[in-house]
Amino acid sequence: MARKTIKVDYLARVEGEGALTVVIRNGAVADAQLRIFEPPRFFEAFLRGRAYGEAPDITARICGICPVAYQMSAVHAMEDVLGIKVGGQLRALRRLLYCGEWIESHTLHVYMLHAPDFLGYHGAVEMARDHADIVKRGLELKKIGNALMTIVGGREVHPVNVRVGGFYKAPRKRDLLAFAGELRRARDLALETVRWTAGLDFPDRTREYELVSLSHPDEYPMNEGRIVSNRGLDIDAREYDAHFEEIHVAHSNALQARIRERGHYLVGPLARFALNFDKLSPLCREAAHEAGIAPICTNPYQSIVVRAVEVLYACDEALRIVEDYEEPDQPFIAAEPRAGVGQAATEAPRGMIYHRYRLAEDGKIEDAVIIPPTSQNQASVEDDLKVLINGWIDLPEDELRHRCEQTVRNYDPCISCATHFLDLRVDRE
Amino acid sequence: MASRPTLIIGIGHPDRGDDAAGRVVAAALRGRVGDGVEVIETDGEAGKLLDLIDGRADVIIVDAGLSGAAPGAIHRLDATAGPMPLPMFATSSHAIGLSESIELARALGTLPKRCLVIAIEAQRFDLGAGMSPPVTAATDTVIEDLLAELASQPA
Repeated sequence: MARKTIKVDYLARVEGEGALTVVIRNGAVADAQLRIFEPPRFFEAFLRGRAYGEAPDITARICGICPVAYQMSAVHAMEDVLGIKVGGQLRALRRLLYCGEWIESHTLHVYMLHAPDFLGYHGAVEMARDHADIVKRGLELKKIGNALMTIVGGREVHPVNVRVGGFYKAPRKRDLLAFAGELRRARDLALETVRWTAGLDFPDRTREYELVSLSHPDEYPMNEGRIVSNRGLDIDAREYDAHFEEIHVAHSNALQARIRERGHYLVGPLARFALNFDKLSPLCREAAHEAGIAPICTNPYQSIVVRAVEVLYACDEALRIVEDYEEPDQPFIAAEPRAGVGQAATEAPRGMIYHRYRLAEDGKIEDAVIIPPTSQNQASVEDDLKVLINGWIDLPEDELRHRCEQTVRNYDPCISCATHFLDLRVDRE
Repeated sequence: MASRPTLIIGIGHPDRGDDAAGRVVAAALRGRVGDGVEVIETDGEAGKLLDLIDGRADVIIVDAGLSGAAPGAIHRLDATAGPMPLPMFATSSHAIGLSESIELARALGTLPKRCLVIAIEAQRFDLGAGMSPPVTAATDTVIEDLLAELASQPA
């Protein structure tokens, strides 16, 4: 059988390393296999034997793009073991920190990684040559997200101010208020971003997913909520293992997550948005309606618009938190170590992330499980390629390859959370 | 306006084998350089890197790279002289690699007047692994070379 294999030596614009093989037979996609490398597995082993208080710092090092997501899931899971509940301004500060990460991570993806796909460029560099103003707007918006992470988290990369029970040091009220002007600016830029992304040219494709995200009665979910789906799932994070499982697939080092009863599912912006649309601020709901994606978006290529709406929300929400902020009496709630198991799920920019820890009586970590969004979405990425690529199969190789890459990038996949590339092969008869 | 100091940026991931090289160099230089030099470690993420170099006249960037040369080989690239070799840093730990970040700065008109890139040819990027012996030796060379060069610069 004559086969043609195309290898791409590097692919920037997908965070991390991995490989994708698309097999085409008789004019249709016969198989799509995504192989990803998962540093969380290394870190799970690395965490064993460490003190529970080290988990936020250690897990933050898993990913340079979404350290807060790892930290937040870790501290909530530890607090679940220790029996403490962080509320009031400390809770608000955590949400504020998460807003910073959503702004910077989503904006990076929207402007630098995903937009070039829709505008016909190989990457951000080419796009910047023709659209410097747009790229500069993205960089300015992203920078405000980074600055917010620094004010609350203490450092942009791997924030060091987060600890179990709260923060090492609470930010000063005057520093946060002084930042309000930046956030208003960011909100304007984010609104422009929604309108700009809404005008991009999207492939006309939709998919039916089981959408999974956190859901909170009063707010768009970040740090807290029940795990819900559009197919009836409604559980506490403590019930995660009863409803979800991770399976080995032969072609990937990573485990693929599935819902035990039903199989593949989707986490991330599309899921959050569909399941929590009514919790968005009025400004965001209006912007989403204007953009034509409300109240549910089933075209994965339009995830770029949903991300833009979530950036707008993060700016709006950050501004609300900053304006309401009062310095807490204590930057953290102290707790004594104790034995037990703790679980938590939070909403990383890329989707729900779940952590489970077992602690010994002295607070040493005996066991750690970290399930990041990309491993949960891995099967959906493969399904998308099997379904959505059909119709493009007769395209020349480079265009087909580009469509495959674009489809993977819909997920903003954090394929390894550091280093290396996606090696993409299209295998045709 | 007084000119801003020379900026040395060490890029990498501390837990990923030879990817730590740039940060190792930066960490070693910190405290050993004079007032006219600022040293920063970063993960190399494009947005942050662009912010760091924006408005600077003199920048030295140290990172691990892959070009097919022997591990530990030291490449000196004058980024202001012409386009960066794109694949070389595609493997660094960032969504957009160093070469692309520099090209982005060039496209946006924010590339410093002097932008020297020192790339240390890497051997391995394994999580939890230390740097390989040839890369460790190369970082020592880069540290000493940079100290000598900075010392010979007029204050």
